[in-house]
Amino acid sequence: MQIHIHAQDGVPIYLQIVQQIKYLVASGRLQPGEELPSIRVLAEQLLVNPNTIARAYRELETAGVVEKRRTAGTFIAESGSPLARKERLKLLNERVDQLLVEASQMGFELNEVLKLIQQREHVLRQPKKEERNHE
Amino acid sequence: MSDSTNLSSASVVEIQRLSRSFGAKRALHEVSLSIPRGGVFGLIGGNGAGKTTLIKHIMGMHYAQSGSVRVFGMDPVAHPVEVLGRIGYMSEERDIPNWMRVTEIMNYTQTFYPAWDTKYAEELREMFDLDPKQRIRNLSRGQAARVCLLLALAHRPELLVLDEPSSGLDPVVRRDILAAIVRTIADEGRTVIFSSHLLDEVERLADRVAMIHDGQIILHDRLDTIKESFHRFTLRFEQPFNEAPLILGTIERKGAGHEWTYFCRGDRDQLIQAARTLQAEIVQETLLSLDDIFVCNVTRS
Repeated sequence: MQIHIHAQDGVPIYLQIVQQIKYLVASGRLQPGEELPSIRVLAEQLLVNPNTIARAYRELETAGVVEKRRTAGTFIAESGSPLARKERLKLLNERVDQLLVEASQMGFELNEVLKLIQQREHVLRQPKKEERNHE
Repeated sequence: MSDSTNLSSASVVEIQRLSRSFGAKRALHEVSLSIPRGGVFGLIGGNGAGKTTLIKHIMGMHYAQSGSVRVFGMDPVAHPVEVLGRIGYMSEERDIPNWMRVTEIMNYTQTFYPAWDTKYAEELREMFDLDPKQRIRNLSRGQAARVCLLLALAHRPELLVLDEPSSGLDPVVRRDILAAIVRTIADEGRTVIFSSHLLDEVERLADRVAMIHDGQIILHDRLDTIKESFHRFTLRFEQPFNEAPLILGTIERKGAGHEWTYFCRGDRDQLIQAARTLQAEIVQETLLSLDDIFVCNVTRS
């Protein structure tokens, strides 16, 4: 599982983990039923406080993305995303609206925004170069 | 992990109104700090802010000129054996006798610690790839730091105190040190105190943070709480200002004309409400790193 922490981002670290795991699930790189590393193992791998990992796992569990199994560990939920498609669309629409408003305020054209989305998707899909060298 | 039975208080370190001067130079002023058992405590501050002086008081290397220091409920100056036997310590200077061989310094240090775990020490030595026959003076800076880390960890201390542990080290050795911190607190009940000027390390690892500046604690809280209580907003006002109106909790405001950026401390919803009251539109909200928060608090004080 590839997760990259940027402590200088300002985004709380537990949230970075939550967002990246959600993204890995959404993009199919983490499959339903797949086991996540234990808190301790991931803490040592990412060099973050184990309590931070525990908090991220709790949030993911509340959101229905992962499930804890008795005695075993933490797994990607079988149901995948618990939200119905309609609700997911609604959530996404809000984000898109917000993006479009901000883009137009900053003077970007729609086709520029579309191009940017594609670029960002490309960047997110590929692990960062400098970090890839470590693994 | 084994030795926690004779601890009664919830705090590992309890400091009350500690002041210290060296000649005319004031190093610490009325410092009060309570460090709870378990978790990672990050001490941050610039060079000469008082981090090392504070840590040396915890280690009983300085007596309290005024105020008091208690570690495991005891005065570390009066009870060095009882206190230091339960602490693993690594200083920034990392001064160990450089004529000794790795194995000699291990045997020598072991005699001070009844709880020394020979098997664990050996595991660490192999993990850090340290040649037992090598003399300390022939080791690279990073390998010497690893020796110091081994010596601090091998008796599985209840409290690990690291003063600027990664200062001047390459990323690989820094990784070893940070991983050791993670492993130490993953064992329930153990506590780590570490000072650093590398705030991304502190942001990754600390449960609690104290900022020290000019010998005083200027901020001390849970890291989560600190992160949630500082905000940066850019507001756009309907009319231009020569000086932007003050919002409750404002620490700093910069800008010109219609747009002003506020650095505030307080509840986010209340700040947003305050901006609305001034009929200002929030055009940007930036999330702050510990670095941002530190810089702003230090420049203000």
